[in-house]
Amino acid sequence: MGESAQTNPVPMRDSFQPSTFAFDAESEGAIPGILAKYPAGRQASAVLPMLYLVQNQMRRQTGSAWVPIAGMDEVARRLDMAPIRVYEVATFYFMFNLKPIGTYHLQVCTTTPCWLRGSDEVVAACRAATGIEGWGETSGDGVFTMTEVECLGACVNAPIIQVNDDFYEDLDGDSTKQLLEALRRGEPPKPGSVKGRQTSAPEGGPTTLTTLQFES
Amino acid sequence: MLLDKDRIFTNLYGLHDPLLKGARARGDWDATKAILEKGRDAIVEEVKASGLRGRGGAGFPTGLKWSFMPKQSDRPCYLVVNADESEPGTCKDRDILRHDPHKLIEGCLVAGFAMGACAAYIYIRGEFANEAKVLQAAIDEAYAAGLIGKEACGSGYSFDVFLHRGAGAYICGEETGLLESLEGKKGLPRLKPPFPAAVGLYGCPSTVNNVESIAVAPTIMRRGAAWFNSLGRPRNSGQKVFCISGHVNKPCNVEEELGIPLRELIERYAGGVRGGWDNLLAVIPGGASVPVIPKSVCDDVLMDFDSLRDVKSGLGTAAVIVMDKSTDIIKAIARLSKFYMHESCGQCTPCREGTGWMWRVMTRMVAGRAEVGEIDTLDQVTRQIEGHTICALGDAAAWPIQGLIRHFRPEMEQRIAAYKARAPMPMAAE
Repeated sequence: MGESAQTNPVPMRDSFQPSTFAFDAESEGAIPGILAKYPAGRQASAVLPMLYLVQNQMRRQTGSAWVPIAGMDEVARRLDMAPIRVYEVATFYFMFNLKPIGTYHLQVCTTTPCWLRGSDEVVAACRAATGIEGWGETSGDGVFTMTEVECLGACVNAPIIQVNDDFYEDLDGDSTKQLLEALRRGEPPKPGSVKGRQTSAPEGGPTTLTTLQFES
Repeated sequence: MLLDKDRIFTNLYGLHDPLLKGARARGDWDATKAILEKGRDAIVEEVKASGLRGRGGAGFPTGLKWSFMPKQSDRPCYLVVNADESEPGTCKDRDILRHDPHKLIEGCLVAGFAMGACAAYIYIRGEFANEAKVLQAAIDEAYAAGLIGKEACGSGYSFDVFLHRGAGAYICGEETGLLESLEGKKGLPRLKPPFPAAVGLYGCPSTVNNVESIAVAPTIMRRGAAWFNSLGRPRNSGQKVFCISGHVNKPCNVEEELGIPLRELIERYAGGVRGGWDNLLAVIPGGASVPVIPKSVCDDVLMDFDSLRDVKSGLGTAAVIVMDKSTDIIKAIARLSKFYMHESCGQCTPCREGTGWMWRVMTRMVAGRAEVGEIDTLDQVTRQIEGHTICALGDAAAWPIQGLIRHFRPEMEQRIAAYKARAPMPMAAE
């Protein structure tokens, strides 16, 4: 049987998937620097940073940070990888959004250290303020997507929400509500402790490193 | 008690400039060339003599690990820094990355030189986007100042430092999963042997070290192994950044000597247990994967590798998760089971199937919707997972449940009895 007689299986793609993707000037500008980090012939190492480029470019262009299949195909082409190798990476790592998301991605940590400090309240406040019921869903107005995440690594400032790239720490129900109201107004507050704590120092200020003076 | 003058991470809380000017004022990059001039072997010997044990959880002697790298190699050698900090409870490396990045970069040069590496790759967890920006700025400054790159610090030795961001996978904190990820693949841990020192990144000799292990190396070289060894306890030398989270009045990170009593650590630095020491139920002393210890053990246990091993727990990453008497301890551990189910890479059957099974059974245990005999079954299954997987994630998923059964079996039985009293109907098979 000749090749022409075979029907090439075309995978069904969701209607939200764009048919093409091209890196814009800003992304193109970043690519040489990324590739320079890895030895010759090892350019596949750049797959994570290249997928981040796609996701960030989508945020700039569409307001929604996600990685379309066409973007994965472009990464595969640039890195001389089989597309399936890029697909399996994009689906293995949790931080790549495989469908469009809201403007603000609420990544709510509910792992034990956050749960002990009241992440249930934070989740309830998120649900009330956004109208989102289930994890991974986007609010009707497209402003918020809410994802349950595992430990974010800021446990002494629990409970925590990561909004896009920024951590908001030391939350409770009320401060979560205020945070979401500010985001809805398009006025993201300064990241970090919402109680004004100095990073990971105890509340009220450091009790160590108080006797050191540094010349500068 | 550790004095400020003996603290290594003098900008732990970010009160000062994290970048080069501030770092130099705190003593970083001071005569680094002189350290390198001591030679590879002398650096490895000094770190060995200091007794430094890996700060990422396993506590393997750092200097000994470095000595496994080949003295001569036709292939390039790599230092890989594990900044994938994801162990629940742990947030110490975050402070080093964002507040003291030059300690890490200088440590990369010193450690990389000692093991004959041509470059360091720092693998930082993807969620630390802002921390990565600070670290990249610090790396750029270090290149511009000639501290790394060609002729690093004027030493005649060329050394690169590259930052690589992960993308949300706990398994990439396992050293060979990390290497796979760095090579652009799914983070599936590799079978060992061969160990990374023989076949690591790109098939080349490599050493993977935790951020804190690398970041303390320059200070050890400046102040000497004897100084480091004078802190802490025998075989558990030096200081360590502890993370105290959960039911304490003032959760915080703090650098203290290894071997500090757990109670003193919590009461002196974290404002004590909420409601007082007698309101303590239990502590997970070293990040999610080490077994929980009840108050009776917490009363006088010391916070170091060997003391915690002796009470069948572990120092791990020194992430102290405190739970007071209001805690549903079964639910607290069940949530960790969910974590391991989510993070299992799926490569080994006992872990892929077992983490899900354990979580489902733990969910029933939380409700009490189980038979008492199932507690033994659960314990048995944890032991069939433990030690039967390529990497330690299977062990890490098993240990919290073993700790729960060891110390809180009566609570589990009461929960089951209470459920039966409320719902005497036979339950459907799971």
